[in-house]
Amino acid sequence: MTVNEEQTTTGIALEDLLREVEALHAGGYRLVQIGCTDLDGSYELNYSFDKGYQFRNLRLTVGPETEVPSISGIYWGAFVYENEMHDSFGIPVKGINIDFKGTFIRTDEKYPFSVTRRGGDRCQNA
Amino acid sequence: MPERIIVPFGPQHPVLPEPIHLDLVLEDEKVVEAIPSIGYIHRGLERLVQKREYTEYVYVAERICGICSFIHALCYSQGVEHIMKVEVPDRARYLRTIWSECSRIHSHLLWLGLFADGMGFENLFMRSWQLRESVLDVLEDTTGGRVIQGTCKVGGVRRDIGQEKLDEMHRTLDPFEQQCRDLGDVFLNDDTVKYRLKGLGVITKDEAYDLGAAGPTARGSGVAMDHRETGYAAYGDLGFKPVVETTGDCYARCAVRVKEVYASIDLIRRAIEEMPEGPIDVKVKGTPDGEYFSRAEQPRGEVIHYLKGDGSKHLARARIRTPTLANIPPLVKMLPGIQLADVPVVVLSIDPCIGCMER
Repeated sequence: MTVNEEQTTTGIALEDLLREVEALHAGGYRLVQIGCTDLDGSYELNYSFDKGYQFRNLRLTVGPETEVPSISGIYWGAFVYENEMHDSFGIPVKGINIDFKGTFIRTDEKYPFSVTRRGGDRCQNA
Repeated sequence: MPERIIVPFGPQHPVLPEPIHLDLVLEDEKVVEAIPSIGYIHRGLERLVQKREYTEYVYVAERICGICSFIHALCYSQGVEHIMKVEVPDRARYLRTIWSECSRIHSHLLWLGLFADGMGFENLFMRSWQLRESVLDVLEDTTGGRVIQGTCKVGGVRRDIGQEKLDEMHRTLDPFEQQCRDLGDVFLNDDTVKYRLKGLGVITKDEAYDLGAAGPTARGSGVAMDHRETGYAAYGDLGFKPVVETTGDCYARCAVRVKEVYASIDLIRRAIEEMPEGPIDVKVKGTPDGEYFSRAEQPRGEVIHYLKGDGSKHLARARIRTPTLANIPPLVKMLPGIQLADVPVVVLSIDPCIGCMER
């Protein structure tokens, strides 16, 4: 039997993040991923969850220097995505259970996808 | 209390085909903590989406991984097709399914060989890879490439498989399945293998789910979750049930992969039998404007391509979450309590694909 997949995206405020994530955790959702998209000087963060192929996405927009609270106290495995978000985009994340402090992803250049990074895109294949 | 020491595991290690590093905190020979670090081969492929046209990026997506390359291309293509509301012809959906399952079989056989090698069972390693060669031969025959096929594209597929070739593939499936079952019999029933794997690296169903485990790592712990159930490509027509084991140890994760090889052979057989006639692609016009989280089931678990288009010929963003990244937290939880000598087997049991993870 085929299961219908549904995707919903809900915009939230930064101060509501932990409460919303806690509610999804209590509702039996698993953490699928945390991703980041740069938007002309700010970032769009997507926290994705799934339960029985029902895909729920929490979205918030933050500035480059805005500190984001870690959800690793709710979803222990979130540390991989939060460290990745910090190391790739330079977004400060507060309270990660395993905080690598910038050494989880060893890139030649610090924060390669940061919107405030100077020097342009040095990708050799571009 | 015994003295604690830290032993570095990787990034170069005989059982690791690709680099990942673990700091293992030991008390005598027992692991009490494992701290991972990655990033040795980070390529920044997500950024290239802004430099390549959306029709070209499928080549980049396919090169994220050298094993499950076709499924990356499929996941990317179906994401763009969803944004652009492109309906893929039925025959293309079936061909995508066949090549996806060929990829799964050769990936699992590759892993079974590496796993046998990790256990010190050299003959089993060689037999697994010998069987894998026959799948690679089929891929080469039908696409021109052994591991990078280049056949998937936005709007369908680039190559068809003629009826004569399909019949030949169908004829070879029965003997191939028998060979796989003989191989699987050793993995599932050999006393040495069972002694080495049972009760090792256990992760419970609740832990696997809560930690966000994907693929055989989750299904080995009893989480019945396989994205093929959503019916993408031709899985909806063919019908599909996930392979699930319940003990959550290395043996269970191995058993899931062995049985998934049989399931994939069955899916290919039915896809060939029910292959519809018709075109293999549609012309795609316009540019993508919108976003979608495209999901597919790789050999290692659920892969996600988040694609965002702004109406230009370049996508604004591609974010790829690969199953190995999702399986790092479960791995960190599996390791404490085991002996140092068992670490290679437990690390291999999640089938780490670092090329995928680093993308």
